Amino acid sequence: MIEIRKIWHYLTRYIDNFLLTGILILMVIGLIVLYSATGGNITRVSNQVINILIALVIMWLVANIPLQQIMRLALPMYMLGLILLIGVAFFGEINNGARRWLSLGVTRIQPSELMKIALPLMMAWYFDKHEITLRLRDYLGATILLLLPVLLILRQPDLGTALLIAASGFYVLFLAGLSWRIIIGLGTAAAASLPVLWSVMHDYQRQRIMTLLDPTQDPLGAGYHTIQSSIAIGSGGVVGKGWQNGTQTQLDFLPEQSTDFIFAVFSEEFGLIGNTVLLLLYLLVIGRCIAITANASTQFTRLISGSITLTFCTYIFVNMGMVSGILPIVGVPLPLMSYGGTSMVTMLLGFGILMSIQTHPKLVKT
Amino acid sequence: MKQHVELRNHSVELHKFRMRLTISAGFVLVLFLLLYARFYFLQVVQQEHYHTLAEANRISIAPLVPYRGLISDRNGRILAQNYSAYTLEVVPSKIQDLETTLNELAAIIEITSTDRQRFKKLLKESKRFKSLPIRHRLTEVEIATFAANRYRFPGIEIRAQVYRQYPEKEMVSHVVGYISRINDHDLEQLESNGELHNYRGSHHIGKIGIEQSYEKQLHGITGFEEVETDAAGRSIRVLSRTPPTPGNNLILTLDLGLQEVAEMAFGDRRGALVALDPNNGEVLAFVSKPGYDNNLFIGGIDQENWNLLNNSIDRPLNNRALRGVYPPGSTFKPFMALAALELGKRTAEYSMSDPGYFSLPGVSRRYRDWKPGGHGRVDLHKSLVVSCDTYYYSLANDLGIDNIHNFISQFGLGRKTGIDIEGEVSGLLPSSAWKMRQHKQKWYAGDTISVSIGQGYNLTTPLQLAFATMIIANNGKAYLPHLVKQIQNSQTGEIEDIPAKLLYSLNLKPQNLEVVKSALVDVTRPGGTAAKAGANADYTFAGKTGTSQVVGIKQGERYNEKLINERHRDHAMFIAYAPAENPMIALAILVENTGTGGSTAAPIARQVFDYFLLGKLPETDLAHLTDPIKNHVHDHL
Repeated sequence: MIEIRKIWHYLTRYIDNFLLTGILILMVIGLIVLYSATGGNITRVSNQVINILIALVIMWLVANIPLQQIMRLALPMYMLGLILLIGVAFFGEINNGARRWLSLGVTRIQPSELMKIALPLMMAWYFDKHEITLRLRDYLGATILLLLPVLLILRQPDLGTALLIAASGFYVLFLAGLSWRIIIGLGTAAAASLPVLWSVMHDYQRQRIMTLLDPTQDPLGAGYHTIQSSIAIGSGGVVGKGWQNGTQTQLDFLPEQSTDFIFAVFSEEFGLIGNTVLLLLYLLVIGRCIAITANASTQFTRLISGSITLTFCTYIFVNMGMVSGILPIVGVPLPLMSYGGTSMVTMLLGFGILMSIQTHPKLVKT
Repeated sequence: MKQHVELRNHSVELHKFRMRLTISAGFVLVLFLLLYARFYFLQVVQQEHYHTLAEANRISIAPLVPYRGLISDRNGRILAQNYSAYTLEVVPSKIQDLETTLNELAAIIEITSTDRQRFKKLLKESKRFKSLPIRHRLTEVEIATFAANRYRFPGIEIRAQVYRQYPEKEMVSHVVGYISRINDHDLEQLESNGELHNYRGSHHIGKIGIEQSYEKQLHGITGFEEVETDAAGRSIRVLSRTPPTPGNNLILTLDLGLQEVAEMAFGDRRGALVALDPNNGEVLAFVSKPGYDNNLFIGGIDQENWNLLNNSIDRPLNNRALRGVYPPGSTFKPFMALAALELGKRTAEYSMSDPGYFSLPGVSRRYRDWKPGGHGRVDLHKSLVVSCDTYYYSLANDLGIDNIHNFISQFGLGRKTGIDIEGEVSGLLPSSAWKMRQHKQKWYAGDTISVSIGQGYNLTTPLQLAFATMIIANNGKAYLPHLVKQIQNSQTGEIEDIPAKLLYSLNLKPQNLEVVKSALVDVTRPGGTAAKAGANADYTFAGKTGTSQVVGIKQGERYNEKLINERHRDHAMFIAYAPAENPMIALAILVENTGTGGSTAAPIARQVFDYFLLGKLPETDLAHLTDPIKNHVHDHL
């Protein structure tokens, strides 16, 4: 008996139960919807279960790492990520017109995935180091840290990932206290440069943008998914059509249904009521993450947890926005629900860090 | 400057951080509310719109292909139009056993082996869930038969289709061109032009001719609709519809009546004729014989017909008027004559004695005139009227190739005219620089001699010759030749005129033009090489005959038409404009492998002018106006 209790204690010592519960509920919902979205494909669902288990293990491992260790890993991870990205730029495999993978004999890795966690860690570490005497030029330094991997990833080309990583870095800058004036200044400069950008674009580039903004311009090409998913969501109505009864999604068998567009399946089958519940669940998880962030005791832990939380929100908003037709299609998965191992691992790795921050004894900084 | 280092106050920093965190949280909340509002909109406000009538129904998106613009001649006679018919279409992914199903289908609807072949080919090239046609143009009986048996064939449907049709077939196919199925190359092209979105659901695109060069005008704008369909894919109701915009109609500059007269005048012979309005560059007639039936290409031409057309020795798919290059022969002489006068190398009064040959100083080789013994005393006027070669050999030697090149290229020879269909070639007006570039040799004086009578390296297209003739006819104005006269907006019906475009003007001295042009009028009068064609005309017309050599004759030999393989016989050429004092039409004619310019090509011009100026229709026999092929003997180089 004591043994079981000891094992249980060992397992859950560094796990934040609230967060874990929320995550698990969402994942289970994800599995249920996945079953419907793939038309009852048990193989896919079991694969996803395996993805989930692997990710949970990684989360547990990370949660057990004490904070100082995590902090010490920041710089080496970042350097490793940069080196691998440079490696990809020169030796990367070209797949679908983009260089994203690096072959290392037995396995392939995608360094940009590593960067998703390495960059905020590095920037958080950087700000923590300069916490006492923070000056404007430190922000500059942090921005350079941000730009290096982002530019390399842009070169691949992988605009979506570059933007997401840039966002996660920006959240660190923002939470570290980047002056409002600079933020507004940059924002205005960006807005002002838009008309200039528009005038130098090629016809076909402009057409792509027009289609992004108004999918009905190319309803059977680029706009197809947006229109179809909007229809799917709309046809769910208030109560939804019921599990496995979503006719829009059942008869199409589009592969994207199980990945980026899983939310469309959910909406069609569970309606507005289902969406409300889902949003609340996500909000609860986010709320817990914010609480953890607020209670974090060092600059490093505050910044990294804030970035992880806000990035999590970004994924959710961008995915649901794109599926419901208010944002252009950008290929971002719905965290914890979309089919796929990599995003699951990345998400849970982040949550592991949050848990570590929450459960390890807090250091009191002077 | 003193460095001001602040030590941050810890609790102030913490407070700032918490502030920012709160702001972020608030922002997140706002975004989620935005999402929620969107869901509410789609799932509550638009409930009516998206709610399907039955559980098993779904809403699909379908493109609405626009109605293609019509093409007509300047008088409204239709050259390209659309008509509706029904096809039988198959969605392979919905059928278990394709072969069996097709056999069962063939039992109630006629499906030929050609149909099956074509279908199999499409199957290989398309995705399995695309709807592919197996039979076109179903009859009413077939439609009824299928409808009664439809339940046996899930995955097969009748679709209404709009077809393209070219009623005039061979007569204008080289101008109108055709549309045909969009292939991968077209898709790439559309994608890089940012036009792909406008072609969803379209199967055809202009490939050649006006159908291609004005594709954008003719195609229109694709619409789309949201349709509720049942489980079998049948449309139940339309939820929303963005209608397509039909393509614009094109009114060409061609006069079909004129084209018909020209075609009749040619008879069975191969060749080309291009007629322009010298006041604005409108193309009045554009003949290339033989033509081909462009209707064959619309659905994708079948192998048998393709072989017939492609392997025919007459090369019907060649657009001779646009892309055929021929030595201009003696039609080159008027331009040489103008060059002589404008560059001061000859005067109108200067005359020379023509013994029937010319030799370069110090060289024994003789360049022969076509008339044995020569034409006697020849001045510039006479040289054009009787087409004396010797006059031009001597002139060429005095001018030199580069002067010839620089002056005559102003008339558009050796360059593309820029006409509004694709595929034009530039021909060749040689120069010493060209020869060095192309053959890495220097230019020899002997080369110039043959160029001067329109042989040698000299190559022109009938279109270029017509363009050059136009410039003489209107005293130096180079108008852009164009085939489209007006564009009619399909929605408003408004007609937009395409204005004439003056590319450039030549500054030619009026007295020089007068000398040359009056000589050209005398060509069609007694004593001229086209006197027979010009006899009893009710108007004055000016022209120049030409006989262009296909195969070289050895020194000392004579050209015996009967002995030479038909396809090695000389081409007959003629350039002309009428009425001479105020030209309304300028043309260039080429008849392949037969007769001389005067006997064969000029009479065609006469018939064309008679119709255009007087409305006179040729008698049916007139196609054989030429003298029967006598034992024509020419002395050639």
